Amino acid sequence: MALEFTRPTLATGVRLRHDKVRDQHVLLFPEGALVLNETATRVLELCDGERTLDDIAGVLSERYEGADVKDDVAELLAGIGERGLVVDADA
Amino acid sequence: MPDAPDADTEPRLAPPPGVPNPLLLIAELTYRCPLHCPYCSNPTDIGAGKYQDELPGEDWQRVFREAADLGVLQLALTGGEPMARKEIVDLVTTSTENGLYSTLVTSALPFPRRRVEALHAAGLDHVQISFQHSDPALADEIGGTIAFDRKVKAAALAKELDFPLTVNVVLHRRNIDDVESIIRMAEELGARRLELANTQYHGWATLNREALMPTRAQLERGEEIVLRERERLGPKLEILWVLPDYYEEVPKPCMGGWAHDAVLVQPNGDVLPCQAAASIPGLVIENVREKSLAEIWFESESFNKFRGTEWMQEPCRSCPINRQHEDFGGCRCQALALTGDAAATDPVCQFSPHHEVVVSARREADEPEPAEALPFVYRDLVKS
Repeated sequence: MALEFTRPTLATGVRLRHDKVRDQHVLLFPEGALVLNETATRVLELCDGERTLDDIAGVLSERYEGADVKDDVAELLAGIGERGLVVDADA
Repeated sequence: MPDAPDADTEPRLAPPPGVPNPLLLIAELTYRCPLHCPYCSNPTDIGAGKYQDELPGEDWQRVFREAADLGVLQLALTGGEPMARKEIVDLVTTSTENGLYSTLVTSALPFPRRRVEALHAAGLDHVQISFQHSDPALADEIGGTIAFDRKVKAAALAKELDFPLTVNVVLHRRNIDDVESIIRMAEELGARRLELANTQYHGWATLNREALMPTRAQLERGEEIVLRERERLGPKLEILWVLPDYYEEVPKPCMGGWAHDAVLVQPNGDVLPCQAAASIPGLVIENVREKSLAEIWFESESFNKFRGTEWMQEPCRSCPINRQHEDFGGCRCQALALTGDAAATDPVCQFSPHHEVVVSARREADEPEPAEALPFVYRDLVKS
């Protein structure tokens, strides 16, 4: 079953930052790094443990001219969540 | 746009085409360590005078800034025992200020509460604690000092402060049969990651290869348990299983390739592409007291010597399975140790003309166990 999040947030020890040398966003975690595309970066920037999945999808939808992005956001977070990098603030 | 000469800015090195920027800085802050592990990856001459002349804290801080400018994202604060450096908190502060993701690779001796709280406040990202075994008496015997109970307490403190915790256990003949209880131990300690690193035969491990090398049957049992336990634990505890390359038919891409991802600075400021590179005769070793990290990374003879694939000899040059861009010919230091030539194909490779050396080491490991385990040569600053 895919992971589902209510109020997603980065797990302890996971950091999102801009890598200025390579001009890309990366997710840093114990002994690893994940290069993020623009959409993934926008989604993860909004994962503050306060916003719900609907809130996040709403913000992004505005940015993408009203497109329904909820499924895409859920799928992206499920993928990153499987690696233990995103957790639910409510859990 | 025309080139505008700008006297105020430092000349920036134009990276040679195809040379990646490093991702990882391994900072060996000191070779002092309370443990005496017989498989330590430090050089066997750690007692040499040059390593006693440790790089001052402010030089390390400059190196961290240079590393961040060079594109390094991850910083391993290691040694020896990095907590033996009195400046450790200031070093972490500098790391944090420069956006580096910092890992303290520690024996947890010492791991005093106030200092660890200060490290947390300074922004330390991740703590990795070594364990030698899940059985206290055997653990202390392998590490050559009484340490187990203090490590358990240190792990509890790391958890209390909400650090992500990695437990690292180097596996060998004397502990690999207890992988299951080692995994249970890591679970009970609340670790998020467990690194089960089969011994790599560098540094002190080369002196102890016969005593350390497991049998094929031991390895297969160990791996079976790891696969089963991964299934049981899921993402709760990530278990890494570092393959023992003496039992592989193709070599590992050592360090992700020579001077490809990682740069290592020794306690005295010497800069190397890997832990063992100082063993390569004739390699001109640069020092951060004299040159910037960027100059050394891009321009030094030592970093360019085995970079990429151009330097390769046969059989790597025309690899029959076209794997030379993936494994970079394996480990240079292992090639040197086993063939006398650092530019040879790593003898772990089935195509190496020296592959028999590895095969015969396996055969020896598979011979019936002696009644008593072979004695270890323990890591020691004084005797080395």
